[in-house]
Amino acid sequence: MRSTVIIFPGSNCDRDVLRALEEHTNGSVTPVWHAESNLPEETDLVVLPGGFSYGDYLRPGAMAARAPIMEAVKDHVARGKFVLGICNGFQVLTEARLLPGALLPNKSLSFICRPCHVRVETTGSPFTCRYSMHRVLQFPIAHHEGLYFLPDKEIENLEKNGQIIFRYADTKGNLSEASNPNGSKNNIAGIANAKRNVLGLMPHPERASDPLLGGTDGIGMWHSIQSWIEEREGK
Amino acid sequence: MGYSDVGLSREEYDALVEFLRREPNETELRLFGVMWSEHCSYKSTRPLLKQFLTSGPTVLQGPGENAGVVDLGKGWGLAFKVESHNHPSAVEPYQGAATGVGGIIRDILAMGARPVASLDGLFFGSPEDGHSHALAQGIVKGVGGYGNSVGVPTVGGKTFYHEGYNKNPLVNAFCAGIVKLDTLVSSQTAKPGQKVLLLGAKTGRDGIAGAAFASVELSEDTQQSRPQVQIGDPFTEKRLIECCLELLEQKLIASMQDMGAAGVLSSSSEVASKSGVGMILDLDKVPQREADMQGWEIALSESQERMLLIVEPSKIAAVIKIAEKWDLDCTEFGVVTEEEEYVLRERGAVVASLPPDLIGGNAPVIAWASREPEDLKMRSVMPPLTPPENWNELLLSLLTSPSLGKKNWIWEQYDSMVQTNTVEGPGKPVSVIRVLPSENFVAFSMEADPWKCFISPYTGGAETVAKALRSLAVAGASPLGLTDCLNFPSPEKSPQFWELEQCVAGMAECSRVLECPVVSGNVSLYNEYPGGRILPTPLVVAAGLIESLDSYVPAGKWSEGDRIFLVGELEAAFGGTHYAYARTGSFYGPLLPFDPEKEKDFCTRALKTAAQGTATSGRALAGGGLGVALAREVIACGLGLHVAVTAPVHLDAFYFSEGGPRAIYAVPPERVQDFLEIWKKFPLMELGTVRGTHLHGMGAFNLPVATLQKVWEE
Amino acid sequence: MTFRAEIIITLKEGVLDTAGKAVSLSLRHLGHQGIRELRMGRVVAVTLDTPDEASARTMVETMCSDLLVNDLIEEHRYSLEKI
Repeated sequence: MRSTVIIFPGSNCDRDVLRALEEHTNGSVTPVWHAESNLPEETDLVVLPGGFSYGDYLRPGAMAARAPIMEAVKDHVARGKFVLGICNGFQVLTEARLLPGALLPNKSLSFICRPCHVRVETTGSPFTCRYSMHRVLQFPIAHHEGLYFLPDKEIENLEKNGQIIFRYADTKGNLSEASNPNGSKNNIAGIANAKRNVLGLMPHPERASDPLLGGTDGIGMWHSIQSWIEEREGK
Repeated sequence: MGYSDVGLSREEYDALVEFLRREPNETELRLFGVMWSEHCSYKSTRPLLKQFLTSGPTVLQGPGENAGVVDLGKGWGLAFKVESHNHPSAVEPYQGAATGVGGIIRDILAMGARPVASLDGLFFGSPEDGHSHALAQGIVKGVGGYGNSVGVPTVGGKTFYHEGYNKNPLVNAFCAGIVKLDTLVSSQTAKPGQKVLLLGAKTGRDGIAGAAFASVELSEDTQQSRPQVQIGDPFTEKRLIECCLELLEQKLIASMQDMGAAGVLSSSSEVASKSGVGMILDLDKVPQREADMQGWEIALSESQERMLLIVEPSKIAAVIKIAEKWDLDCTEFGVVTEEEEYVLRERGAVVASLPPDLIGGNAPVIAWASREPEDLKMRSVMPPLTPPENWNELLLSLLTSPSLGKKNWIWEQYDSMVQTNTVEGPGKPVSVIRVLPSENFVAFSMEADPWKCFISPYTGGAETVAKALRSLAVAGASPLGLTDCLNFPSPEKSPQFWELEQCVAGMAECSRVLECPVVSGNVSLYNEYPGGRILPTPLVVAAGLIESLDSYVPAGKWSEGDRIFLVGELEAAFGGTHYAYARTGSFYGPLLPFDPEKEKDFCTRALKTAAQGTATSGRALAGGGLGVALAREVIACGLGLHVAVTAPVHLDAFYFSEGGPRAIYAVPPERVQDFLEIWKKFPLMELGTVRGTHLHGMGAFNLPVATLQKVWEE
Repeated sequence: MTFRAEIIITLKEGVLDTAGKAVSLSLRHLGHQGIRELRMGRVVAVTLDTPDEASARTMVETMCSDLLVNDLIEEHRYSLEKI
């Protein structure tokens, strides 16, 4: 399995993601600068990491979505390969129209950094196939603009198509307002595109991939992607 | 234009003329007005700071560079420093705090270190004061706004409220970074022929004479000073960090300086002076973002996110290529010369020509008069105090008081986890980060105690340093070094200068006795306005080394059946305690005298306790004394304790006095023998065994753990 | 020719404007009565060199669709003056 992590000016979590991938997947892990035109050959997974690309100026992810490397990323998606956008990466994916919706300022209008819980809504995706259905995971969040928004009609379609991958929940798996840290519609924490080869989520799985740092629930995601790719692509 | 127009005194002007053997021209006069201001020259405090222990086996770089550096082993060092940004935060809280964070990060970067952790010390006015409240909100947002964007986790801090900070909030920004010792940057390595480059943002009129401004008390028309506040751009800083680290990795830079107070002038003259060389700088070559800037404006501008680079001519092309990758301006504007003269040119004409040593150093020391305050004895007198009628209510009120209460509203606005090395984040007695390259861990403890420093500055100063080192010792971290920020009012009032003198003496004594050198620091004076002054507020951050987490003792991790011990005196004192303040509205009262031998003994035994793994949990006593410490532990672990001891002291003193080296430990039954062996002949009392659902101090409070947790959460 | 365009970008109706709500509440607390609605937005002021007004307008619209406006959640209007 070959992974690529895109680095935009202002990305902060690239090194964290590189480390998590090196630790928990068995293939090569390569950082790629946003100004490149091509991804490394035979890349399976592209990760857009968290951070403050372009200082979050104009709109979070707006300028990164128009970076030169994104043409290659769109191409990569069209060929059915995999993209994971974490936090700012999720914002970039929505701005690049690789995922529907937009991320608005948190309901509290403050930056929020704390552990939070999400419920796995489907195991039929490359990113969640190793989790059990409705398992509750603890992933930290750290964002100012994490309120997922899409007009109601279109949210209905997402629901119908099973594109909601993670929802904010409490430790028992209940979807409550209290468990929703930012006011996202329908407690949406992460969504996939219709083909489910692109996932965007606000919480940080790479921050829950080390027993020393208070959580290992993220490891399942790396293992999911790897086993999906290996089984389906015979790698 | 006269010397007083630029903030110099008659004596200073005369000294300048004597050094130069001529009168300075107008540009030079302006330069000295800034460089010889308190903020830049430390003229009021240099002799005092000499008292600090600044060297030791752990110290690789003491005070004098952008930051201090201590040894982490395996060829790696920890660079760290704390700096104030008080006056700007009073005028524009968000930007003042933001640029404070930005400034200290650049100081760490200037040593060649990757910034890996921040802490912030915040001192706010009364929560009831609307203006203070607004300042507090803005400051917290500023710290978060900058730190989060730049990708440095804010892993801890300290917040304290007192009406003295109403119009003078304090923002002390701490940063630590990891540096590979073979790329450690020094300001002493510039050589003739090398070129001087400016990397980063364009230069505007931000903060012109901001340094001088910092030395002057806030007057009624502070609103007019807004143009003096610098505006921070964390996106540019992030690019600056990555660019500089890349330049260092590829060994393209001979020396580097951060451009902080008095920007170009101070950074370049510092390098010249330390390296024993001269410089010729062409100010008009500096990229400018405003029209018609004059030479002195360019030299003094405090535009943010700029670094000074000294580069071998053969490496300049490579440097510029990397700067271009990161979209940063990088412009050659000067040269290092053999002749030890510091020359500024504008459009080819010399506008200033000075000995480099004179600019950054040699501001005549001012020996302010020092006199014991008239009300000093009164400060140690406590109003009459009877034991509380309702112990439960009292404990709950302490737990929800502004200074002691839960601070999640602050630190949840900070990303404490970016870089995925945060083992222990905010809200704990110490913050702990992992250092991958040296395969160990660093703990930080930030402390201050303004009340005690006001009552008895010497004892308060010692207690401040001791509190930080006690927490490190209990956690199992052996001391590496300290950094300090001295926040004080005007030194021109003799009782206030006495307080400053005494605080520093107490701090120096404690750091010496506990063998923890002061490797860097900062001074901020003149924190007052007509009608109010801040309490003497020295702040320290201690850094300690933890070799492996096997010898780390966290707080709040009691297990059922653990036996709880109090080590240290049963009774401390009521002066400067949250208890006295809550009960009487005054914090005056007597303090426990500083006992160097006992402090040393305590720290040695605490480190042994950690090294031998004899305790599952430990917490040094601090604000709120034993009562609050027990409550915090119980809230964290959800288990109860019945303190069955009839204390042979007054119960209120037992539970709520403060001061001196004291801690509570949770010891598993099978380790009690070893624990008692370590602490034999040290004052010690067993409090009880962890069980049940209540925190019960016989004759005092009795509260369900669930209630304590609920009240704490709100 | 040199033109100055001022582009005002606001959230679309139907998109929750949390900032607008918070600010309007603060104003009411400060005693400002009669505020029916308040929306927060941003202004982009840009000075352009183009051959004529029509191409200036085209340029503004293109900049908006290329980057400045996220048309899922935002709408815009602009003024243009020759300077």
